[in-house]
Amino acid sequence: MTVPPLPVPAPERTPETDTFWDATAVGRLLLAHCDVCGTVIWYPKSYCPGCGGISVSWSEASGAGTIYSFTVVFRGPGPFRDAVPFVIAYVELAEGPRVLTNIVGCEPDQVSIGQMVRVVFSDTGEGSALYRFAPSEAASSGDM
Amino acid sequence: MTINARAYIAGVYEHPRREIPDRSIPQIHAEVALGALADAGLDPSDVDAYLCDSTAGFGAISMAEYLNLHPRFIDSTETGGSSYLVHVGHAAAAIAAGRCHVALITMAGLARSRRVAPTARSSGSPEAGFESTWGMSAVTGYALAAQRHMYEFGTTSAQLAEVKVAASLHAQHNPHALLRNPVTVDEVLDSPLISSPLHRLDCCIVTDGGGAVVVVSPEVARDIERRTVTVLGQAETVKHTDNGRIDLTFTGAAVTGPRAFAEAGVAPADVDYVSIYDSFTITVIETIEDLGFCEKGDGGRFVLDGALVAPDGRLPFNTDGGGLCNNHPSNRGGMTKIIEAVRQLRGEAHPAVQVSNCEIALAHGTGGSIGTRMGSATLILGQADA
Repeated sequence: MTVPPLPVPAPERTPETDTFWDATAVGRLLLAHCDVCGTVIWYPKSYCPGCGGISVSWSEASGAGTIYSFTVVFRGPGPFRDAVPFVIAYVELAEGPRVLTNIVGCEPDQVSIGQMVRVVFSDTGEGSALYRFAPSEAASSGDM
Repeated sequence: MTINARAYIAGVYEHPRREIPDRSIPQIHAEVALGALADAGLDPSDVDAYLCDSTAGFGAISMAEYLNLHPRFIDSTETGGSSYLVHVGHAAAAIAAGRCHVALITMAGLARSRRVAPTARSSGSPEAGFESTWGMSAVTGYALAAQRHMYEFGTTSAQLAEVKVAASLHAQHNPHALLRNPVTVDEVLDSPLISSPLHRLDCCIVTDGGGAVVVVSPEVARDIERRTVTVLGQAETVKHTDNGRIDLTFTGAAVTGPRAFAEAGVAPADVDYVSIYDSFTITVIETIEDLGFCEKGDGGRFVLDGALVAPDGRLPFNTDGGGLCNNHPSNRGGMTKIIEAVRQLRGEAHPAVQVSNCEIALAHGTGGSIGTRMGSATLILGQADA
Protein backbone atom coordinates (compact mmCIF):
# COMPACT_ATOMS: atom_id res chain seq x y z
CA MET A 1 0.00 0.00 0.00
CA THR A 2 1.33 3.44 -0.82
CA VAL A 3 0.81 6.36 1.50
CA PRO A 4 -1.52 8.80 -0.27
CA PRO A 5 -0.07 12.27 -0.73
CA LEU A 6 -1.16 14.67 1.98
CA PRO A 7 -2.57 18.06 1.05
CA VAL A 8 -0.21 20.96 1.74
CA PRO A 9 -2.47 23.86 2.71
CA ALA A 10 -0.78 27.21 3.24
CA PRO A 11 -0.81 28.27 6.90
CA GLU A 12 -2.47 31.39 8.26
CA ARG A 13 0.32 33.94 8.66
CA THR A 14 0.60 37.19 10.59
CA PRO A 15 3.41 39.75 10.87
CA GLU A 16 4.21 38.05 14.20
CA THR A 17 4.94 34.72 12.48
CA ASP A 18 6.45 35.79 9.14
CA THR A 19 10.01 35.08 10.29
CA PHE A 20 9.04 31.53 11.24
CA TRP A 21 7.24 30.77 7.98
CA ASP A 22 9.84 32.43 5.74
CA ALA A 23 12.45 30.10 7.27
CA THR A 24 10.38 27.01 6.55
CA ALA A 25 10.46 27.89 2.86
CA VAL A 26 14.23 27.32 2.91
CA GLY A 27 14.04 24.18 5.03
CA ARG A 28 14.73 25.64 8.46
CA LEU A 29 12.60 25.05 11.56
CA LEU A 30 13.00 28.04 13.86
CA LEU A 31 12.12 28.30 17.53
CA ALA A 32 11.51 31.57 19.31
CA HIS A 33 13.29 31.95 22.62
CA CYS A 34 12.98 34.68 25.22
CA ASP A 35 15.81 37.23 25.36
CA VAL A 36 15.19 37.73 29.08
CA CYS A 37 14.76 34.26 30.58
CA GLY A 38 15.68 31.92 27.71
CA THR A 39 12.33 30.07 27.62
CA VAL A 40 11.79 28.18 24.38
CA ILE A 41 8.41 29.40 23.12
CA TRP A 42 5.73 27.39 21.31
CA TYR A 43 3.65 28.21 19.34
CA PRO A 44 5.85 30.95 17.84
CA LYS A 45 4.95 34.38 19.19
CA SER A 46 6.55 37.55 20.48
CA TYR A 47 5.48 37.07 24.08
CA CYS A 48 7.29 34.90 26.60
CA PRO A 49 4.91 32.64 28.55
CA GLY A 50 7.68 32.17 31.10
CA CYS A 51 8.35 35.76 32.19
CA GLY A 52 6.12 38.07 30.15
CA GLY A 53 9.05 39.35 28.13
CA ILE A 54 8.28 40.78 24.69
CA SER A 55 11.77 40.53 23.20
CA VAL A 56 12.41 37.22 21.46
CA SER A 57 15.08 35.83 19.15
CA TRP A 58 15.00 32.96 16.72
CA SER A 59 17.30 29.96 16.52
CA GLU A 60 17.21 26.87 14.36
CA ALA A 61 15.85 23.72 15.95
CA SER A 62 17.79 20.48 15.65
CA GLY A 63 14.86 18.93 13.80
CA ALA A 64 14.92 15.87 16.03
CA GLY A 65 12.03 14.74 18.16
CA THR A 66 10.06 11.83 19.58
CA ILE A 67 6.38 11.01 19.18
CA TYR A 68 4.42 11.96 22.33
CA SER A 69 1.07 10.80 20.94
CA PHE A 70 -0.50 10.10 17.56
CA THR A 71 -3.73 9.15 15.85
CA VAL A 72 -4.42 7.48 12.53
CA VAL A 73 -7.17 9.51 10.88
CA PHE A 74 -9.77 7.64 8.83
CA ARG A 75 -12.19 10.56 8.34
CA GLY A 76 -10.31 13.62 7.14
CA PRO A 77 -11.87 17.08 6.85
CA GLY A 78 -11.99 19.11 3.62
CA PRO A 79 -8.99 18.44 1.38
CA PHE A 80 -7.82 15.67 3.72
CA ARG A 81 -10.91 13.59 2.95
CA ASP A 82 -9.16 11.70 0.16
CA ALA A 83 -5.80 11.35 1.94
CA VAL A 84 -6.90 8.83 4.58
CA PRO A 85 -5.50 7.05 6.38
CA PHE A 86 -2.94 9.59 7.56
CA VAL A 87 -1.26 10.35 10.87
CA ILE A 88 -1.54 13.39 13.13
CA ALA A 89 0.84 13.49 16.08
CA TYR A 90 2.31 15.52 18.86
CA VAL A 91 6.07 15.41 18.39
CA GLU A 92 8.20 16.45 21.35
CA LEU A 93 11.10 18.40 19.90
CA ALA A 94 14.56 17.86 21.37
CA GLU A 95 14.30 21.49 22.57
CA GLY A 96 11.17 20.73 24.62
CA PRO A 97 7.98 21.87 22.89
CA ARG A 98 5.34 19.33 21.85
CA VAL A 99 4.11 20.35 18.42
CA LEU A 100 1.16 19.19 16.36
CA THR A 101 2.18 17.81 13.00
CA ASN A 102 1.80 14.94 10.52
CA ILE A 103 3.96 11.83 10.51
CA VAL A 104 4.99 10.90 6.97
CA GLY A 105 7.50 8.59 5.34
CA CYS A 106 6.07 5.36 6.73
CA GLU A 107 2.84 3.38 6.81
CA PRO A 108 0.42 4.62 9.48
CA ASP A 109 0.56 1.26 11.23
CA GLN A 110 4.33 1.68 11.69
CA VAL A 111 3.90 4.73 13.96
CA SER A 112 4.30 4.40 17.73
CA ILE A 113 4.65 6.56 20.84
CA GLY A 114 8.32 7.11 21.71
CA GLN A 115 9.43 6.72 18.09
CA MET A 116 12.32 9.00 17.06
CA VAL A 117 11.53 11.30 14.16
CA ARG A 118 13.15 14.08 12.13
CA VAL A 119 11.63 17.11 10.47
CA VAL A 120 10.91 17.13 6.74
CA PHE A 121 9.33 19.99 4.81
CA SER A 122 6.36 20.07 2.42
CA ASP A 123 6.36 23.17 0.22
CA THR A 124 3.06 25.01 0.12
CA GLY A 125 4.06 26.90 -3.03
CA GLU A 126 3.19 30.15 -1.24
CA GLY A 127 6.49 31.08 0.38
CA SER A 128 6.21 28.61 3.24
CA ALA A 129 6.53 24.91 3.97
CA LEU A 130 4.81 22.64 6.45
CA TYR A 131 7.10 21.03 9.04
CA ARG A 132 6.20 17.36 9.09
CA PHE A 133 8.14 14.52 10.66
CA ALA A 134 9.33 11.14 9.44
CA PRO A 135 10.92 8.23 11.29
CA SER A 136 14.60 9.08 11.77
CA GLU A 137 15.83 6.23 9.53
CA ALA A 138 13.51 7.18 6.68
CA ALA A 139 14.36 10.88 6.92
CA SER A 140 18.11 10.28 6.86
CA SER A 141 17.96 7.86 3.93
CA GLY A 142 15.76 10.21 1.92
CA ASP A 143 13.14 7.45 1.62
CA MET A 144 10.06 9.70 1.64
CA MET B 1 -17.40 35.74 48.83
CA THR B 2 -18.94 32.34 48.22
CA ILE B 3 -21.96 31.48 46.12
CA ASN B 4 -22.81 28.49 48.33
CA ALA B 5 -26.60 28.57 48.91
CA ARG B 6 -26.74 32.19 47.68
CA ALA B 7 -28.58 31.22 44.47
CA TYR B 8 -31.02 28.54 43.31
CA ILE B 9 -31.96 26.94 40.02
CA ALA B 10 -35.70 27.43 39.68
CA GLY B 11 -36.39 26.32 36.12
CA VAL B 12 -34.89 24.19 33.36
CA TYR B 13 -36.02 23.23 29.88
CA GLU B 14 -34.53 21.00 27.18
CA HIS B 15 -35.92 21.37 23.70
CA PRO B 16 -37.67 18.07 22.92
CA ARG B 17 -36.57 17.92 19.28
CA ARG B 18 -33.22 16.76 17.90
CA GLU B 19 -33.73 17.93 14.31
CA ILE B 20 -35.37 21.34 13.87
CA PRO B 21 -34.87 22.50 10.26
CA ASP B 22 -38.02 24.65 10.41
CA ARG B 23 -36.71 27.06 13.07
CA SER B 24 -34.12 29.81 13.27
CA ILE B 25 -31.54 29.68 16.05
CA PRO B 26 -33.04 32.76 17.83
CA GLN B 27 -36.45 31.08 17.64
CA ILE B 28 -35.07 28.08 19.51
CA HIS B 29 -33.43 30.38 22.10
CA ALA B 30 -36.89 31.93 22.63
CA GLU B 31 -38.65 28.58 22.88
CA VAL B 32 -36.27 27.27 25.52
CA ALA B 33 -36.34 30.60 27.39
CA LEU B 34 -40.12 30.41 27.66
CA GLY B 35 -39.90 26.75 28.62
CA ALA B 36 -37.50 27.31 31.50
CA LEU B 37 -39.37 30.37 32.76
CA ALA B 38 -42.65 28.44 32.67
CA ASP B 39 -40.97 25.60 34.58
CA ALA B 40 -40.00 28.14 37.26
CA GLY B 41 -43.42 29.78 37.25
CA LEU B 42 -41.88 33.04 36.11
CA ASP B 43 -42.53 35.43 33.25
CA PRO B 44 -40.10 37.09 30.81
CA SER B 45 -40.85 40.39 32.55
CA ASP B 46 -39.35 38.94 35.76
CA VAL B 47 -35.93 38.46 34.13
CA ASP B 48 -33.30 41.01 35.16
CA ALA B 49 -30.18 39.14 34.03
CA TYR B 50 -29.46 37.40 30.73
CA LEU B 51 -26.61 35.10 29.76
CA CYS B 52 -25.97 33.25 26.51
CA ASP B 53 -23.17 32.06 24.23
CA SER B 54 -22.25 33.49 20.84
CA THR B 55 -24.60 31.33 18.72
CA ALA B 56 -27.44 33.82 18.22
CA GLY B 57 -25.53 36.78 16.87
CA PHE B 58 -23.89 39.53 18.88
CA GLY B 59 -23.60 37.79 22.23
CA ALA B 60 -26.32 38.72 24.70
CA ILE B 61 -27.20 41.88 22.78
CA SER B 62 -29.05 40.21 19.92
CA MET B 63 -31.17 37.90 22.05
CA ALA B 64 -31.90 40.54 24.73
CA GLU B 65 -33.54 42.54 21.97
CA TYR B 66 -35.30 39.54 20.41
CA LEU B 67 -36.76 38.59 23.79
CA ASN B 68 -37.32 42.24 24.78
CA LEU B 69 -35.31 41.82 27.97
CA HIS B 70 -33.87 44.82 29.84
CA PRO B 71 -31.14 43.12 31.85
CA ARG B 72 -29.19 44.67 34.73
CA PHE B 73 -26.55 41.95 34.34
CA ILE B 74 -25.34 40.35 31.10
CA ASP B 75 -22.68 37.80 30.24
CA SER B 76 -21.70 36.12 27.00
CA THR B 77 -18.67 34.21 28.20
CA GLU B 78 -17.75 31.82 25.38
CA THR B 79 -16.02 28.62 26.44
CA GLY B 80 -17.70 26.32 23.91
CA GLY B 81 -19.73 23.49 25.37
CA SER B 82 -18.83 24.39 28.96
CA SER B 83 -20.17 27.96 28.61
CA TYR B 84 -23.44 27.29 30.44
CA LEU B 85 -21.77 25.90 33.55
CA VAL B 86 -19.65 29.05 33.56
CA HIS B 87 -22.82 31.11 33.14
CA VAL B 88 -24.49 29.51 36.16
CA GLY B 89 -21.47 30.42 38.29
CA HIS B 90 -21.46 33.99 37.00
CA ALA B 91 -25.22 34.34 37.50
CA ALA B 92 -24.96 33.00 41.04
CA ALA B 93 -22.12 35.40 41.84
CA ALA B 94 -24.09 38.33 40.43
CA ILE B 95 -27.12 37.31 42.48
CA ALA B 96 -24.98 36.90 45.60
CA ALA B 97 -23.63 40.40 45.02
CA GLY B 98 -27.15 41.77 44.85
CA ARG B 99 -26.91 42.82 41.22
CA CYS B 100 -29.92 40.82 40.00
CA HIS B 101 -32.59 38.33 41.09
CA VAL B 102 -33.71 36.31 38.06
CA ALA B 103 -31.01 35.20 35.61
CA LEU B 104 -32.01 33.51 32.36
CA ILE B 105 -29.40 31.40 30.52
CA THR B 106 -30.18 30.08 27.03
CA MET B 107 -28.45 28.10 24.30
CA ALA B 108 -29.54 26.81 20.88
CA GLY B 109 -28.13 25.54 17.63
CA LEU B 110 -28.80 23.75 14.36
CA ALA B 111 -25.68 21.62 14.00
CA ARG B 112 -27.61 18.65 12.59
CA SER B 113 -29.91 20.15 9.99
CA ARG B 114 -27.36 22.69 8.81
CA ARG B 115 -24.63 20.05 8.83
CA VAL B 116 -22.22 22.28 10.71
CA ALA B 117 -19.09 20.21 11.14
CA PRO B 118 -17.80 20.08 14.72
CA THR B 119 -14.40 21.49 13.88
CA ALA B 120 -11.96 23.27 16.11
CA ARG B 121 -12.68 27.01 16.15
CA SER B 122 -9.19 28.15 15.40
CA SER B 123 -9.23 30.44 12.36
CA GLY B 124 -8.07 33.88 13.39
CA SER B 125 -6.73 32.57 16.69
CA PRO B 126 -3.01 32.98 17.41
CA GLU B 127 -2.43 29.22 17.22
CA ALA B 128 -4.28 28.80 13.92
CA GLY B 129 -1.21 28.71 11.66
CA PHE B 130 0.30 25.91 13.69
CA GLU B 131 -2.74 23.69 14.05
CA SER B 132 -5.05 24.08 11.05
CA THR B 133 -2.86 22.54 8.34
CA TRP B 134 -2.60 18.95 9.59
CA GLY B 135 -6.12 17.70 8.84
CA MET B 136 -7.38 18.12 12.40
CA SER B 137 -11.07 17.75 13.23
CA ALA B 138 -12.84 17.71 16.58
CA VAL B 139 -12.24 14.00 17.13
CA THR B 140 -8.50 14.20 16.44
CA GLY B 141 -7.54 15.98 19.63
CA TYR B 142 -9.51 13.53 21.75
CA ALA B 143 -7.94 10.62 19.88
CA LEU B 144 -4.47 11.97 20.69
CA ALA B 145 -5.45 12.14 24.37
CA ALA B 146 -6.93 8.64 24.32
CA GLN B 147 -3.80 7.18 22.71
CA ARG B 148 -1.56 8.75 25.34
CA HIS B 149 -3.87 7.69 28.19
CA MET B 150 -3.72 4.11 26.89
CA TYR B 151 0.08 4.29 26.64
CA GLU B 152 0.59 5.62 30.16
CA PHE B 153 -2.12 3.73 32.05
CA GLY B 154 -3.04 0.67 30.01
CA THR B 155 -6.54 1.93 29.27
CA THR B 156 -8.26 -0.17 26.59
CA SER B 157 -10.79 0.46 23.84
CA ALA B 158 -13.15 -1.96 25.59
CA GLN B 159 -12.99 0.20 28.72
CA LEU B 160 -13.79 3.32 26.70
CA ALA B 161 -16.69 1.43 25.17
CA GLU B 162 -18.21 0.86 28.62
CA VAL B 163 -18.94 4.60 28.76
CA LYS B 164 -21.01 4.42 25.58
CA VAL B 165 -22.74 1.25 26.75
CA ALA B 166 -23.85 2.92 30.00
CA ALA B 167 -25.11 6.00 28.14
CA SER B 168 -27.09 3.81 25.74
CA LEU B 169 -28.69 1.87 28.60
CA HIS B 170 -29.95 5.20 29.94
CA ALA B 171 -31.04 6.58 26.58
CA GLN B 172 -33.43 3.69 25.98
CA HIS B 173 -35.71 5.25 28.61
CA ASN B 174 -35.61 8.76 27.11
CA PRO B 175 -38.31 9.15 24.44
CA HIS B 176 -36.58 12.27 23.09
CA ALA B 177 -33.11 10.69 22.74
CA LEU B 178 -31.70 10.57 19.22
CA LEU B 179 -30.26 7.07 19.75
CA ARG B 180 -32.42 4.82 21.92
CA ASN B 181 -31.02 1.38 21.22
CA PRO B 182 -28.73 -0.14 23.86
CA VAL B 183 -25.36 -1.12 22.42
CA THR B 184 -22.75 -3.62 23.56
CA VAL B 185 -19.00 -3.26 24.02
CA ASP B 186 -18.50 -5.39 20.90
CA GLU B 187 -20.76 -3.13 18.86
CA VAL B 188 -18.68 -0.12 19.87
CA LEU B 189 -15.45 -1.92 19.00
CA ASP B 190 -16.91 -3.12 15.68
CA SER B 191 -17.97 0.39 14.62
CA PRO B 192 -15.59 2.06 12.14
CA LEU B 193 -12.44 3.74 13.41
CA ILE B 194 -12.79 7.49 12.90
CA SER B 195 -9.45 8.58 14.39
CA SER B 196 -7.62 5.80 16.18
CA PRO B 197 -8.19 4.66 18.86
CA LEU B 198 -11.67 6.22 18.75
CA HIS B 199 -14.49 4.46 16.91
CA ARG B 200 -17.67 5.99 15.60
CA LEU B 201 -19.55 4.93 18.74
CA ASP B 202 -16.94 6.62 20.96
CA CYS B 203 -18.15 9.92 19.48
CA CYS B 204 -21.06 12.10 20.56
CA ILE B 205 -24.02 12.64 18.30
CA VAL B 206 -24.74 15.79 16.30
CA THR B 207 -28.13 17.35 17.01
CA ASP B 208 -30.17 20.50 16.67
CA GLY B 209 -31.74 21.78 19.83
CA GLY B 210 -31.18 23.85 22.89
CA GLY B 211 -31.94 24.39 26.51
CA ALA B 212 -32.32 27.01 29.20
CA VAL B 213 -31.81 27.45 32.93
CA VAL B 214 -33.23 30.04 35.33
CA VAL B 215 -31.09 30.96 38.34
CA VAL B 216 -32.76 33.01 41.07
CA SER B 217 -32.02 34.67 44.39
CA PRO B 218 -33.08 33.01 47.66
CA GLU B 219 -35.89 35.57 48.01
CA VAL B 220 -37.35 34.68 44.61
CA ALA B 221 -36.80 30.97 45.22
CA ARG B 222 -38.83 31.10 48.43
CA ASP B 223 -41.69 32.91 46.69
CA ILE B 224 -42.22 30.47 43.84
CA GLU B 225 -44.05 27.19 44.15
CA ARG B 226 -41.75 25.07 41.99
CA ARG B 227 -39.15 23.01 43.78
CA THR B 228 -35.74 24.68 43.43
CA VAL B 229 -32.26 23.23 43.81
CA THR B 230 -29.35 24.89 45.60
CA VAL B 231 -26.20 26.11 43.89
CA LEU B 232 -23.51 24.84 46.27
CA GLY B 233 -20.31 25.51 44.36
CA GLN B 234 -18.86 26.27 40.95
CA ALA B 235 -15.38 26.65 39.50
CA GLU B 236 -14.02 27.40 36.05
CA THR B 237 -10.66 27.57 34.33
CA VAL B 238 -8.84 27.36 31.03
CA LYS B 239 -6.44 24.47 30.63
CA HIS B 240 -4.19 25.01 27.62
CA THR B 241 -1.01 23.67 26.07
CA ASP B 242 1.20 25.38 28.68
CA ASN B 243 3.66 26.81 26.15
CA GLY B 244 3.78 23.66 24.07
CA ARG B 245 4.33 21.33 27.02
CA ILE B 246 0.83 19.83 26.91
CA ASP B 247 0.02 16.87 29.13
CA LEU B 248 -2.82 15.02 27.40
CA THR B 249 -3.67 12.81 30.35
CA PHE B 250 -5.66 15.32 32.38
CA THR B 251 -8.28 17.99 31.77
CA GLY B 252 -9.22 21.29 33.38
CA ALA B 253 -11.41 19.30 35.77
CA ALA B 254 -8.27 18.60 37.80
CA VAL B 255 -8.33 22.29 38.69
CA THR B 256 -12.06 23.02 38.83
CA GLY B 257 -13.08 19.86 40.70
CA PRO B 258 -11.19 20.58 43.94
CA ARG B 259 -12.24 24.26 43.88
CA ALA B 260 -15.91 23.43 43.35
CA PHE B 261 -15.89 20.73 46.03
CA ALA B 262 -14.25 23.15 48.49
CA GLU B 263 -16.86 25.81 47.85
CA ALA B 264 -19.69 23.31 48.11
CA GLY B 265 -18.29 21.81 51.29
CA VAL B 266 -18.67 18.27 49.98
CA ALA B 267 -16.34 15.51 48.77
CA PRO B 268 -16.52 13.16 45.77
CA ALA B 269 -17.86 10.41 48.03
CA ASP B 270 -20.88 12.62 48.86
CA VAL B 271 -21.98 12.88 45.21
CA ASP B 272 -25.05 10.83 44.27
CA TYR B 273 -25.22 11.63 40.55
CA VAL B 274 -22.88 13.12 37.94
CA SER B 275 -23.45 14.73 34.55
CA ILE B 276 -20.05 14.36 32.91
CA TYR B 277 -19.23 16.02 29.61
CA ASP B 278 -19.15 13.23 27.05
CA SER B 279 -18.05 14.67 23.73
CA PHE B 280 -16.12 11.41 23.40
CA THR B 281 -15.77 8.42 25.70
CA ILE B 282 -12.22 9.40 26.67
CA THR B 283 -13.53 12.76 27.92
CA VAL B 284 -15.52 10.89 30.59
CA ILE B 285 -12.62 8.64 31.60
CA GLU B 286 -10.20 11.52 32.14
CA THR B 287 -12.80 13.73 33.81
CA ILE B 288 -13.89 11.22 36.47
CA GLU B 289 -10.22 10.75 37.36
CA ASP B 290 -9.62 14.51 37.49
CA LEU B 291 -12.68 15.08 39.69
CA GLY B 292 -11.35 12.55 42.19
CA PHE B 293 -13.85 9.72 41.72
CA CYS B 294 -10.86 7.42 41.19
CA GLU B 295 -7.08 7.71 41.00
CA LYS B 296 -5.45 9.20 37.91
CA GLY B 297 -5.06 6.44 35.36
CA ASP B 298 -7.72 4.17 36.89
CA GLY B 299 -10.68 5.61 34.95
CA GLY B 300 -10.76 2.75 32.47
CA ARG B 301 -10.89 0.14 35.20
CA PHE B 302 -13.36 2.22 37.25
CA VAL B 303 -16.07 2.14 34.56
CA LEU B 304 -16.08 -1.65 34.27
CA ASP B 305 -18.92 -3.66 35.79
CA GLY B 306 -21.56 -1.02 35.19
CA ALA B 307 -20.14 1.60 37.55
CA LEU B 308 -21.75 4.41 35.53
CA VAL B 309 -25.14 2.72 35.10
CA ALA B 310 -28.10 4.18 37.01
CA PRO B 311 -29.64 3.76 39.41
CA ASP B 312 -27.36 1.33 41.22
CA GLY B 313 -23.88 1.85 39.80
CA ARG B 314 -21.19 3.37 42.01
CA LEU B 315 -21.31 6.62 40.01
CA PRO B 316 -24.55 6.96 38.00
CA PHE B 317 -23.90 9.34 35.12
CA ASN B 318 -25.73 11.04 32.25
CA THR B 319 -29.08 9.42 32.91
CA ASP B 320 -30.68 11.21 29.94
CA GLY B 321 -28.33 9.34 27.61
CA GLY B 322 -25.86 12.23 27.48
CA GLY B 323 -24.20 13.63 24.40
CA LEU B 324 -23.29 10.13 23.29
CA CYS B 325 -26.94 9.09 22.78
CA ASN B 326 -29.49 11.73 23.77
CA ASN B 327 -28.58 15.25 22.73
CA HIS B 328 -25.51 17.35 21.95
CA PRO B 329 -27.13 20.49 20.55
CA SER B 330 -24.91 22.82 18.56
CA ASN B 331 -21.96 20.51 19.35
CA ARG B 332 -22.22 21.82 22.93
CA GLY B 333 -23.15 19.49 25.76
CA GLY B 334 -22.99 21.70 28.85
CA MET B 335 -26.58 22.86 29.07
CA THR B 336 -28.08 19.38 28.94
CA LYS B 337 -25.64 18.32 31.68
CA ILE B 338 -27.10 20.93 34.04
CA ILE B 339 -30.68 20.07 33.11
CA GLU B 340 -30.36 16.34 33.85
CA ALA B 341 -28.62 17.07 37.17
CA VAL B 342 -31.59 19.26 38.16
CA ARG B 343 -34.03 16.52 37.12
CA GLN B 344 -32.18 14.05 39.35
CA LEU B 345 -32.21 16.40 42.36
CA ARG B 346 -35.94 17.08 41.87
CA GLY B 347 -36.64 13.36 41.54
CA GLU B 348 -37.91 13.94 38.01
CA ALA B 349 -35.54 11.77 35.99
CA HIS B 350 -37.06 8.73 34.28
CA PRO B 351 -38.05 6.27 37.03
CA ALA B 352 -35.82 3.58 35.53
CA VAL B 353 -32.73 5.76 36.05
CA GLN B 354 -33.74 8.00 38.96
CA VAL B 355 -31.14 7.78 41.74
CA SER B 356 -32.97 7.24 45.03
CA ASN B 357 -32.91 10.30 47.27
CA CYS B 358 -30.40 12.13 45.10
CA GLU B 359 -29.06 14.84 47.44
CA ILE B 360 -25.86 16.02 45.76
CA ALA B 361 -25.30 16.23 42.00
CA LEU B 362 -22.31 17.38 40.01
CA ALA B 363 -22.25 18.65 36.43
CA HIS B 364 -19.01 19.14 34.53
CA GLY B 365 -18.40 20.81 31.17
CA THR B 366 -15.44 20.70 28.80
CA GLY B 367 -15.46 23.15 25.89
CA GLY B 368 -12.80 23.30 23.19
CA SER B 369 -10.59 20.22 23.07
CA ILE B 370 -8.78 18.09 25.60
CA GLY B 371 -6.21 17.65 22.80
CA THR B 372 -5.24 21.34 22.85
CA ARG B 373 -7.05 23.89 25.01
CA MET B 374 -10.33 23.85 26.84
CA GLY B 375 -12.65 25.87 29.02
CA SER B 376 -13.61 23.68 31.98
CA ALA B 377 -16.31 24.23 34.56
CA THR B 378 -17.65 22.19 37.48
CA LEU B 379 -21.03 22.89 39.10
CA ILE B 380 -22.22 21.24 42.32
CA LEU B 381 -25.91 21.34 43.18
CA GLY B 382 -27.89 20.29 46.24
CA GLN B 383 -31.37 18.89 46.65
CA ALA B 384 -32.44 21.39 49.31
CA ASP B 385 -35.32 23.66 48.27
CA ALA B 386 -35.17 27.32 49.24
